[in-house]
Amino acid sequence: MSAETSLIRTLIAERFGEAIEELGFSHGVHAFAAPPDMVVELCRFLKDDPALRFDFLSDICGVDHYPEMPRYEAVYHLSSLPNKWRVRIKCRLGDPPRVPSVTRVWRTANWHERETWDMYGIRFEGHPDLRRIYMWEGFEGFPQRKDFPLRGYKDKLNPFGAEGSPPTQPDLATKDIPQGGRSTPGT
Amino acid sequence: MTEVTELSRLESDAPRTKEVLLNLGPQHPSTHGVLRLVLELDGEYVKRVDPHIGYLHRGTEKLAESFTYTQIFPLTDRLDYLCPPSNNLAFALAVEKLLGIEAPIRAQYIRVMMAELARISGHLLITGALPMDLGAMTALLYAMREREMIMDLLEMISGARMHTSFCRVGGVREDLPDEFFPKIREFCDIFPNRIRDYERLLDGNRVFLKRTQGIGVISAEDGIDLGLSGPNLRASGVDWDIRRDEPYEIYDRLDFDVITSQEGDCYARWRCRVEEMRESVRIIEQCLDQMPDGPFQIDMPTIAFPVDKDRVHCSMEALIQHFDLSAYGFKVPKGEVYSAIEAPKGELGFYIVSDGSPKPFRMKVRSPSFVNLQGLFGVTNAHYLADMIAVLGSLDPVMAEVDK
Repeated sequence: MSAETSLIRTLIAERFGEAIEELGFSHGVHAFAAPPDMVVELCRFLKDDPALRFDFLSDICGVDHYPEMPRYEAVYHLSSLPNKWRVRIKCRLGDPPRVPSVTRVWRTANWHERETWDMYGIRFEGHPDLRRIYMWEGFEGFPQRKDFPLRGYKDKLNPFGAEGSPPTQPDLATKDIPQGGRSTPGT
Repeated sequence: MTEVTELSRLESDAPRTKEVLLNLGPQHPSTHGVLRLVLELDGEYVKRVDPHIGYLHRGTEKLAESFTYTQIFPLTDRLDYLCPPSNNLAFALAVEKLLGIEAPIRAQYIRVMMAELARISGHLLITGALPMDLGAMTALLYAMREREMIMDLLEMISGARMHTSFCRVGGVREDLPDEFFPKIREFCDIFPNRIRDYERLLDGNRVFLKRTQGIGVISAEDGIDLGLSGPNLRASGVDWDIRRDEPYEIYDRLDFDVITSQEGDCYARWRCRVEEMRESVRIIEQCLDQMPDGPFQIDMPTIAFPVDKDRVHCSMEALIQHFDLSAYGFKVPKGEVYSAIEAPKGELGFYIVSDGSPKPFRMKVRSPSFVNLQGLFGVTNAHYLADMIAVLGSLDPVMAEVDK
């Protein structure tokens, strides 16, 4: 266990120096913290390095650390099928949260990033089709943020919701989202 | 120059064709739930597919943030409702890792056995439903007959047929009843013969073979790139099974084969599941043989409910323990964990961030069906609309798990 930890640590340190912070090994996963602008490069390195071969992207998810600052976090879970190792990359994001997309590294990132955008409003730059995936087009707010009420906001369809309305975010207005999807019947 | 004019004249004379947008679902028997596919068709030829999901979104992850850890078990049941024991197990393992505890050995055997029963139940449905999508109705009816036996077994254990919620952090809810053992032995005797029946029904069915063999091929590289897992990835030739490669519970004590196939087509995916059911029966038999006596719950009053329920009514300590766990739950140390198991559909992972309170700060479900559904984009040779149905069926998405 320690041999693989030191190998992963050394290879990352050789390539990136101090930029990638090592967060230790716990419950079978090696954790690293990366600044947003280095995520794609780090993922590509972990995937392509012949000794590491983290070829499988298990998951991407968002975390809202409200009221801590910086508030948001994008978390990537990578697996190496040949070596049977797992790595977690954590990336703290300010408000409004933006991070480059890793869809060019793994195609599976597409839906994970769409889900994270839908639930947390984390904008994945360079994503080919960043639409909402669970909620409908035109839904306002990002439901899994900590300041979004559990029952939603009160409107004519939701009489039990909380008073108020989701905070507007001019930077993340819907017109700003690349509309990759074409119009569909019935909409 | 003349050639060009000639060509353009010919083109303008040809009948004008137009791509058609076709809406499939959300209410459609072949979409296995409420899935809506927007297809761009050129005749019968599918040019582009755009799945619209979210019709079953219940906000499991958001809800979990306001529930105690024990209360979350019923929520996990409702992810992949064909095999709730696997989901329970995945969640329990994640929390146990955070707490730094392990369930007693007997409880681990019970959980593994139930997870394998669930695997058979999940695979049975798709073994029958894929042929039904392609017009062979019979197999599903037989598969449902066997699924009924599993439902009865689960009912005998937990009292519930579908949403068992039988796992607890640090063990299981109750011990197995005595009448369960002869019943499951009987099932293990009967079931391999029944699998042969399905094979006889379908392996010689030329229509079924024509509709699945060589259709919807996904290469190993594409499969990994698209994040497929479970039988869908193994059917493409990737020999990866979390039960064997990152053994959890008592899987390292069991002897079973990981089924792979090289073809990567719809038939291979169907075939893998049929073979996996045989392996599951082997695992269940080994569990029954090896299962030791002992406690079914960890001996930690701060985490586990009182074993003897009658004591709650006559002992102050047991009453307080029960009340405390029901009303406030137990605290989980600060930290984060990603724990994955081999669920019937693939890698089911729970990422839990704990802030030290009795409720998770963040719970993320890495649901295999959600990712497997993206496999539709990796299919290279499903040209026709009817093949799309076969591919969708063979990827085996459960919409409750896709939508969370």
